[in-house]
Amino acid sequence: MELSEHIKTANVEDVTLRRPFHPALRGTLCVTSHHLLFSNRKDEASWQLLILLKNIDAIEKSVENLFGYPRAVGSSGTITIKCKDLLVLQLEIPGMEECLNIASSIEALSSLESVTEMYPFFYRPSHLTLLGPWGLSTTEQYYKQTERLWDRWRVSKVNSDYSVCPSYPSAVIVPREVDDDKLIRSARFRQGGRFPVLSYCHHSNGMVIMRSSQPLTGANKKRCKEDELLLQAVIDGSELGYIIDLRSAQQAQQARMTGGGFESKSCYRHWKRIHRHHERGKVVQESLIKLVEACSDLSHSVDRWLSKLENSKWLSHVHSALSTAGLVVECVERDGHSVLVHGSEGTDNTLLVSSLAQIILDPASRTVTGFLCLLEREWIQAGHPFQQRCAHSAYSHARLKQECPSFLLLLDCVWQVWRQFPLALEFSEALLLRLAQEVYASNYGTFLCNSEQERCAAGVKENTHCLFQSMLKPDIEEQYLNPLYEPTDLAIWPSVHPQSLQLWTGMFLRWTEYAQNMEEAREEVWSIVKEHRERV
Amino acid sequence: MEHIRTPKVEQVKLLDRFSNKSVTGTLHLTATHLIFVESNSTSAQEIWILHHHIASVEKLSLTTSGCPLLIQCRNFRLVHFVIPRERDCHDIYSSLLRLLRPVSYDELYAFSYNPKQNDQQREEGWQLIDLAAEFERMGVPCDQWQLTDVNREYKVCKTYPRDLYVPITASKPIIVGSSKFRSKGRFPVLTYFYQEKKAAVCRCSQPLSGFSARCLEDEHMLQAISKANHNSRYIYVMDTRPKLNALANRAAGKGYENEDNYSNIRFQFVGIENIHVMRGSLQKLLEVVGTRSLSMTDYLVGLENSGWLRHIKAIMDAAIFLAKAVTVEGASVLVHCSDGWDRTAQVCALGSLLMDPYYRTIKGFMVLIEKDWISFGHKFADRCDQLNIDPKEVSPIFTQFLECVWQLTEQFPQAFEFSEWFLIQIHEHVHSCQFGNFLGNSQRQREDLQLKERTYSLWAHLLNEKQNYLNPVYSPSFAESHPVLEPSTQAYHFKFWRNMYHQYDRSMHPRQSILKHVLTLKDSNRELEGTVQALKTKLQKFGVRTSPLKPQTPPRERSIAPRPQSLILGAPLLSRKEVQQEEDEEVFGEEAREDAPASTGGERTVEGSSATENGYGEVMGSFGSKNEPGVVTLEFGVARMSC
Repeated sequence: MELSEHIKTANVEDVTLRRPFHPALRGTLCVTSHHLLFSNRKDEASWQLLILLKNIDAIEKSVENLFGYPRAVGSSGTITIKCKDLLVLQLEIPGMEECLNIASSIEALSSLESVTEMYPFFYRPSHLTLLGPWGLSTTEQYYKQTERLWDRWRVSKVNSDYSVCPSYPSAVIVPREVDDDKLIRSARFRQGGRFPVLSYCHHSNGMVIMRSSQPLTGANKKRCKEDELLLQAVIDGSELGYIIDLRSAQQAQQARMTGGGFESKSCYRHWKRIHRHHERGKVVQESLIKLVEACSDLSHSVDRWLSKLENSKWLSHVHSALSTAGLVVECVERDGHSVLVHGSEGTDNTLLVSSLAQIILDPASRTVTGFLCLLEREWIQAGHPFQQRCAHSAYSHARLKQECPSFLLLLDCVWQVWRQFPLALEFSEALLLRLAQEVYASNYGTFLCNSEQERCAAGVKENTHCLFQSMLKPDIEEQYLNPLYEPTDLAIWPSVHPQSLQLWTGMFLRWTEYAQNMEEAREEVWSIVKEHRERV
Repeated sequence: MEHIRTPKVEQVKLLDRFSNKSVTGTLHLTATHLIFVESNSTSAQEIWILHHHIASVEKLSLTTSGCPLLIQCRNFRLVHFVIPRERDCHDIYSSLLRLLRPVSYDELYAFSYNPKQNDQQREEGWQLIDLAAEFERMGVPCDQWQLTDVNREYKVCKTYPRDLYVPITASKPIIVGSSKFRSKGRFPVLTYFYQEKKAAVCRCSQPLSGFSARCLEDEHMLQAISKANHNSRYIYVMDTRPKLNALANRAAGKGYENEDNYSNIRFQFVGIENIHVMRGSLQKLLEVVGTRSLSMTDYLVGLENSGWLRHIKAIMDAAIFLAKAVTVEGASVLVHCSDGWDRTAQVCALGSLLMDPYYRTIKGFMVLIEKDWISFGHKFADRCDQLNIDPKEVSPIFTQFLECVWQLTEQFPQAFEFSEWFLIQIHEHVHSCQFGNFLGNSQRQREDLQLKERTYSLWAHLLNEKQNYLNPVYSPSFAESHPVLEPSTQAYHFKFWRNMYHQYDRSMHPRQSILKHVLTLKDSNRELEGTVQALKTKLQKFGVRTSPLKPQTPPRERSIAPRPQSLILGAPLLSRKEVQQEEDEEVFGEEAREDAPASTGGERTVEGSSATENGYGEVMGSFGSKNEPGVVTLEFGVARMSC
């Protein structure tokens, strides 16, 4: 079925658009294969609003005269469009049939699941070209840049055809002394084949952060010699490593009943295991839904707000993610031990914790380029299933499948770090907000699919543009810079007292007046900094 | 001095409130301060606690390491000492008990504090704020409002100031009659005049109406206020109490205005709770946020249960109602509560701040406090417990006002000339009794104490340090475009004021401060501008045209004095080299230093950001060197069980 066949009514005149903090506008509404276009041509300057259909999370329609005469003159309908970036719009559409048509077209087109029909495959701006390398860096490049690794680590191509681990990239970094056969065996012992691979090597002491999925010990406490050897090779000589298991001890025990498990003390003698409970999947998605609901509650009761905020548990997730990342950094930086992080699948909280730890530890990941490289390495190449996790956001009425805002949680945590170290990050909140938007709906191919294997199959690299590359273009990068940036080489340990963490107002109250006031204040800061630069 | 039995105790441990860290040092007890000096020679952190700031001293039961002494301060500092010998602890404890309960005003610090100023400077300090000039600025006296001398000798109302403004048509007999019908004689007087609409904000105490009493003079008084404003046919009477409280007062012969007896009034209850509820609420709040390893859930539930933010919002709602009535409807408003010195002060002051950009400047804010709080007789001595007379009179009413202002600064980052540090400094000195401004309960009492001759004014002190209190993003043009602030009362705008209630808990603060950084940038901008100007004038002297010239080498040396170490502004000044040293020390396993000496360098760096402070759950128990020995953390317990 062609995309255009979903469009029953392409154009409607005299539509009224209502958005927060703007007067209502009249204009023409237009539905295309990928966009909803509203244009107002009344004044000299025409004004347009272009929304990716993919960005629409939920659509609610209310039609007057529903039981009266459907074709009566003057009947109209209202569509409420709730976007994944949390914007809510209202469209008043004259003519009931048109209204219903528009609504059903949007519903059909916004929930398409075929990757190659998505907009990034059609987005061809004149200033970008499809030629040239895609992405910022590869595993091999990362290895080449990190001199610390050369001695004891190697790049393995064991997964070059994605058969060992379908969600890993084709190249991974592993201890030099472990050969590919052992890796294959270790992969068989780990859920989804996600055997322990290097995530980060600390510049000051050479300690590493590894990540994997849970070992498949099962009820019979199976062992895997190669997996044990692999981990032994990681710590190589030093007396101790830490395994940070992102489940409670009880959950880890229970996982054995379903074939999963944990590294037992007797088999991994030099590894100390610490359990930290983290919520995952549906629970986190529901948190997001509840939080956004709380933020759009128009009741003015403080008690009700606090109770809803608490009830959403979102800040509790932020709290645990930052605490565990702090724990990892404590092991690596202060105590000088290597760490293996995993939960169950190793595709969500694992990535969250390992990348947060890197931001705290590594000055290189606090620059714009470094941060985007980190995201590319630790989220995109590492196989966070973006398509599944970000299929819906906070407003959707659809039944939850595998949605989980892990990536948004990461952005929130990074924002918290920025709040506490406003000079230490080269990028500003604007970058985080842009990413929060792009991850749900984008012109670019960066967040498409669930793994490198899928992206290869769909031809993402050949047929779409890379978001990160476009963000790093000098004229564009500037808008994401933190005016106060002063690089520091030290670890930036955030405080994790609940009193030190805050609601990310820039994100969750983005469409309120409050955000506008903050924006003006930020501009003032910028101008002071600019003035200073000019003078000095 | 005679109360001090042991002036110095060595080997005292200071425990960190939220982690297992501690430092050792010497405790000194002086006539005015309790001082702790860390013995570590390299960092030597010092803590000075003014006796007046101490709210309570508690001796806990003896432990193996010594005798714990827990001191809670009114500026929300909480220190936990462990003193090796029980006897010393007891001496300090009993001395403190005596020292922090002064029996007369003469014992307060303000009477011994001397900032090395001569009499003239002191006098000038007291003349900085002139309320007569302030009323003139508002446009009073005018054809409808006049100054009355009825209270010149404090005969009509002991707790009001001498100079009061009333409607032209309110004759002396009416004033006196009205004052007899009002609790504590606090009859309706003008506190703010909104010139644009000729609408007045008046304040008073509750009427002694009981169930049916009337007073013609009081009715005339309200009539006169109403008549003074031609823009509106009615006036609002705001009773800031919950209706239930007002009803209960009727049984005691007090109560509220009966709308049948007063013509053209619109009566409105606002529902701000009384001083006892507020005291309890703050106590609950402090208990919650003082909990160690507090979970996010317990924090948010505790915040809700304390009701603190609900109360803050109630005050804000009332002020917004007041500001709307005056600025939008152009109606005059009469505000009262029971005695008209707590809730009334909060609402009048906050309402005026919303209506008048002047009060959002540093000087204007001082004027506002002087007018609505000090002169109109907010009982600072009782509410802030200056003489430990009655614990039931203590209540954080003024703190709430400051917090409401802070909440507004968060919503309108560009509307205020001052930053939160200014608010916190004022709060500090309301309790410090170091300056005369807030001593006593009324103007009359302050005159009796001869404060202007014997003490110094806080306002002069704060204006001297004005640079430190500026809000770098303040925009006077914002004031022009938003003369009246219209804050949102959406619940999510009401936030916990961490920098106030945790001002001394450094581990909770952001490690780098935008405020401080931008202030420094601005300072330096100004300085560079100054250099340019100086060079220009120099060149002009030599008759050279100046416009295209820029200084070739901007001066590297900063002439600005380093900012005082501020807890609010984040980490103290510290040079990068020192930071590196500190980090190195940590790597080698020495006790991380809590505080570093202020260096004169102007560089701000990431400091004090260490794992222990943050308490991620300390895995390192078994490595001994870095932590208190013998600490077995939960994680290890769990790990062992499951292995």
